[in-house]
Amino acid sequence: MPPRKSRARGNGAADGALPANLSGDDLADYYRRMALCRAIDERIWALNRQGKVPIAASSQGHEAAQLGSLLAAEKDGDCFLFPYYRDLALKFAAGITAEEVMRSFMGKAGDPYSNGRQFPLQGADLPRKIIQISNVVAAGLTQSVGYALACKMRGEQTVVLVYFGDGASSQGETHEAMNFAAVHKLPVIFICENNRYAISVPQRKQMGVEEVASRAAGYGFPGFAIDGMDFIGCYEATREAINSARAQGPVLLEMKVERFMSHTTDDDDRRYRPPDEVTQARQRDPLITFGNLLLEQGVLTQEQIDHAAADALAAVDAATDAADNASPPDVSTLHQMVYSG
Amino acid sequence: MAVKSVIEAVREAIREEMRRDPTVFVMGEDVGARGGVFLATQGLMEEFGEDRIIDTPLAEASIVGIALGAAFRGQRPLPEIQFSDFVWPSVNQLIGEAARSCYGTNGAVQVPMTVRIPYGGGIRGGLFHSQNVETHFFHTPGLKVVTPSTPYDAKGLLKSAIRDNNPVVFLEHKKTYRLVRGEVPDGEYTLPLGVADIKRPGNTLTIVSYGLTLHYCLEAAQEVAPEGIDAEVIDLRTLTPLDRETILTSVRKTGKLLIAHEDNVTGGIGAEIAALVADQAFEYLDGPIARVCGPDVPTMPFAQTLEDAYIPDPTKIATALRRLAAY
Ligand SMILES: Cc1ncc(C[n+]2csc(CCOP(=O)(O)OP(=O)(O)O)c2C)c(N)n1
Ligand SMILES: [Mg+2]
Repeated sequence: MPPRKSRARGNGAADGALPANLSGDDLADYYRRMALCRAIDERIWALNRQGKVPIAASSQGHEAAQLGSLLAAEKDGDCFLFPYYRDLALKFAAGITAEEVMRSFMGKAGDPYSNGRQFPLQGADLPRKIIQISNVVAAGLTQSVGYALACKMRGEQTVVLVYFGDGASSQGETHEAMNFAAVHKLPVIFICENNRYAISVPQRKQMGVEEVASRAAGYGFPGFAIDGMDFIGCYEATREAINSARAQGPVLLEMKVERFMSHTTDDDDRRYRPPDEVTQARQRDPLITFGNLLLEQGVLTQEQIDHAAADALAAVDAATDAADNASPPDVSTLHQMVYSG
Repeated sequence: MAVKSVIEAVREAIREEMRRDPTVFVMGEDVGARGGVFLATQGLMEEFGEDRIIDTPLAEASIVGIALGAAFRGQRPLPEIQFSDFVWPSVNQLIGEAARSCYGTNGAVQVPMTVRIPYGGGIRGGLFHSQNVETHFFHTPGLKVVTPSTPYDAKGLLKSAIRDNNPVVFLEHKKTYRLVRGEVPDGEYTLPLGVADIKRPGNTLTIVSYGLTLHYCLEAAQEVAPEGIDAEVIDLRTLTPLDRETILTSVRKTGKLLIAHEDNVTGGIGAEIAALVADQAFEYLDGPIARVCGPDVPTMPFAQTLEDAYIPDPTKIATALRRLAAY
């Protein structure tokens, strides 16, 4: 099947209609989650500048892609996720508390992903059906395919969603993962959050094609490039992909997003990025466009939107204080869990 | 002489070798406009252009494999692996292929390639930005392995590595990049691979180390000196070739040996040196061979408490020195 674009969508539902299978409550709930993700992301960046968080990679600009796909996975109820290091919003919105997020970023005991061993939110959150062993770019792709293979062997209906950047699309293992998934028609959705940069390296120095999605044709499964700033569009595309993956095997979804911040708190994108690029990109801020859509559609009032922002700030304040006062992991844990059982 | 940091010394070595030899070129992730994530190649794209400072796609197997192929044709590639933790996808090309290229062609093929790799921890890098990878390369005949600890050594050794006709794994401890400063001569100089350096002469016992830990050893030696423990501190500088003579000569003089490194203790460089000394200086030993190394856990964790507990720091080394001196 040749790669094709999903139907064009603007920011939010251009035709004005919200998906029939979503209630107003679903959408309001996800708007609040997005506001909370944004608030914690901004706070984490500030805490880094205060020396309390050693490192952070921001989701700002990627939230519609991460949360739209998460909503589809949640609604489906039988999806397993392999996110990557930029998926702060995804991992937070999947169900851990703001305090747990903060503990993880500060390297405190009670970090649900690795108890302070790893970079923030890296490891596993099995209750929320999430594994991310490392931040070695593209290492999760083959693992996700193996996970799907095992589910198939065990007669389970699970669909696996694996997330990665445009940079990761260059790795050999990305090819190997997609090829194997295609051969075995495994229910894997490859979600490429394409922000056109691998740290400083622009897309034109990474690949000879315009769209990562076009690669799917070479493996023999469908690939779609969609607007990753459009929450509803990302939800719809993922929902369709989940159904398709379960029925006939892998799907590649390229979600075109914007990276609002530098690569990480260690980076300074002024070295390699035209200054007005981010200003332009912020015109399409998913938090604003999603909020506007819900306003237009009468799902939320302006007052409720303002409340969501205030509540998010209060929650982040409380989480920051609690995590700041929390204990670090005990040194005795250094030697634990090298082996299991 | 000017005082410089390790990263400045590395950058200077690259610039000088690129000016001197048009076959030298750099390839790696973010080495161009960004100047490398640690700024080792800052300003070099401006001077040498995008054809000699190549920003690669994010794919380590190809970074090393393509560099290796270019070396076969007589270029002198200087690939950069952004962090040691990401070298693994390229290990097939490095340990599998490059290390065997000369031997496997009975010397017909040369590999004048130097792979620069920032490594090591102590920077809150957690499991995937702190790894010590040296032992894997040390174990592999056909590769040379260089681990400088000072700006002076880094510059002189990197220039020699680039001019060497063998694959060199050049390991730069990333915590030394800005922390360690020292005098670097203004003019041209190189340092030979395979020659250790006595960074502190002494008579009571011998300490062998390299990289960041070398500095912790010097601190520990300073700390115990007033107690009458006069440690000789050897900086290996290159792990392969290993300067066995300098180690043995020192141990024959002092009768006591402590080896310190950040890499895991089991099967590490220290184990090889202990075996060497047990084999060739056994009758000179007045005490057990001591090691202060990273414990056998998969890399130092992220939390400050756990990272501190992992690192062989001056306090741990000083404690071991006192214990050893008491024999
Ligand atoms: C195998 C590997 N090589 C290099 C790195 C260093 N690194 C971390 S993120 C990154 C760029 C990734 O870009 P992309 O996949 O587009 O993701 P984005 O950060 O843009 O979301 C690089 C080079 C790494 N983590 N893993
Ligand atoms: Mg990217």
